Amino acid sequence: MTHAELISPATLTDPQPLTIAGREFRSRLMVGTGKYASNSQMIEAIETSGAEVVTVAVRRVDLDRSKDEGILHHLDPDHFFLLANTAGCYNAADAIRYARLARAAGFNEWVKLEVIGDQQTLLPDTIGLLEATKALVGEGFKVLAYTNEDLVTALKLEDAGAVAVMPLASPIGSGLGMLNPYAIRTIKQRLSVPVIVDAGVGTASDACIVMEQGVDGILMNTGIAAAQDPVRMASAMKSGVEAGRNAYLAGRMPRREVAVPSSPTTGMLGS
Amino acid sequence: MVTDTLIAEMPLTVNGAERRVAVGFTVADLLASLELDPRTVVIERNGTILRDRASLAMIQLAADDTIEIVHFVGGG
Repeated sequence: MTHAELISPATLTDPQPLTIAGREFRSRLMVGTGKYASNSQMIEAIETSGAEVVTVAVRRVDLDRSKDEGILHHLDPDHFFLLANTAGCYNAADAIRYARLARAAGFNEWVKLEVIGDQQTLLPDTIGLLEATKALVGEGFKVLAYTNEDLVTALKLEDAGAVAVMPLASPIGSGLGMLNPYAIRTIKQRLSVPVIVDAGVGTASDACIVMEQGVDGILMNTGIAAAQDPVRMASAMKSGVEAGRNAYLAGRMPRREVAVPSSPTTGMLGS
Repeated sequence: MVTDTLIAEMPLTVNGAERRVAVGFTVADLLASLELDPRTVVIERNGTILRDRASLAMIQLAADDTIEIVHFVGGG
């Protein structure tokens, strides 16, 4: 065995793999499937990311372009865990309708619940979100609720039966990274269900810093799909998530505002 | 009087657009005429989701039905 193999990070397994609603997942990185230049690029990026959970949206079949096939013609549902979203829904009733349609596709009863409240920022309508969460949990759905970084809303979503809470790092598609690490940490510390940061991660360092807060995972789409080279960025994001997770588990050194030398202060020449 | 066809037709709204199909058409017939694989789509008829794909060949459409045919597309 070489030295490199002995200290390979692969030997440092995560003591607690991501588990949501009793189901264990092979990666803490979840990825979306939108905005790619081609389906082949999307598949290659997703494979490279190592993600198991991939999100999809529910839309009308375009009947005038019958060759415009759905994503299931490209994505093997036996290899990935399909997580349907309710993106584009602006009230609880619409989100519930989309969730039911997604469940009828027959893969699972999980939904990434979005109820959007504002067209410009795509920030969630947390009142509608809570209402839809209660209704869907009552119908047996496993709800992963996309929300803002507000602790009180997150607690209410957990109480309503959400199996995971998904606070945003920053607005959808903004790539601004995590704007409020304090709020994300607080939500993670206070909730019992997994906390998956969703939206706003722009590059690998963003992903790393998010994971360093101790959250359970990240969901991203634009950060990979809108990179100049999405496949390479998918690889970077995978590394970023793993690095951040390991750094969290390792426990960072305390911050000090004074220097502390790393080398011995004794044994200097001429002393 | 000359008729265009011997088959009586009826109007439906499918994904927001009007279409005419033969009277007696089933949901499965509609999908076949649109060249859609029932396993890759979900059908909502007049606001009710048709969850049992095996029953699609038994469900006859009615005039002025509103049909939504959806599938999964790329999204975040």
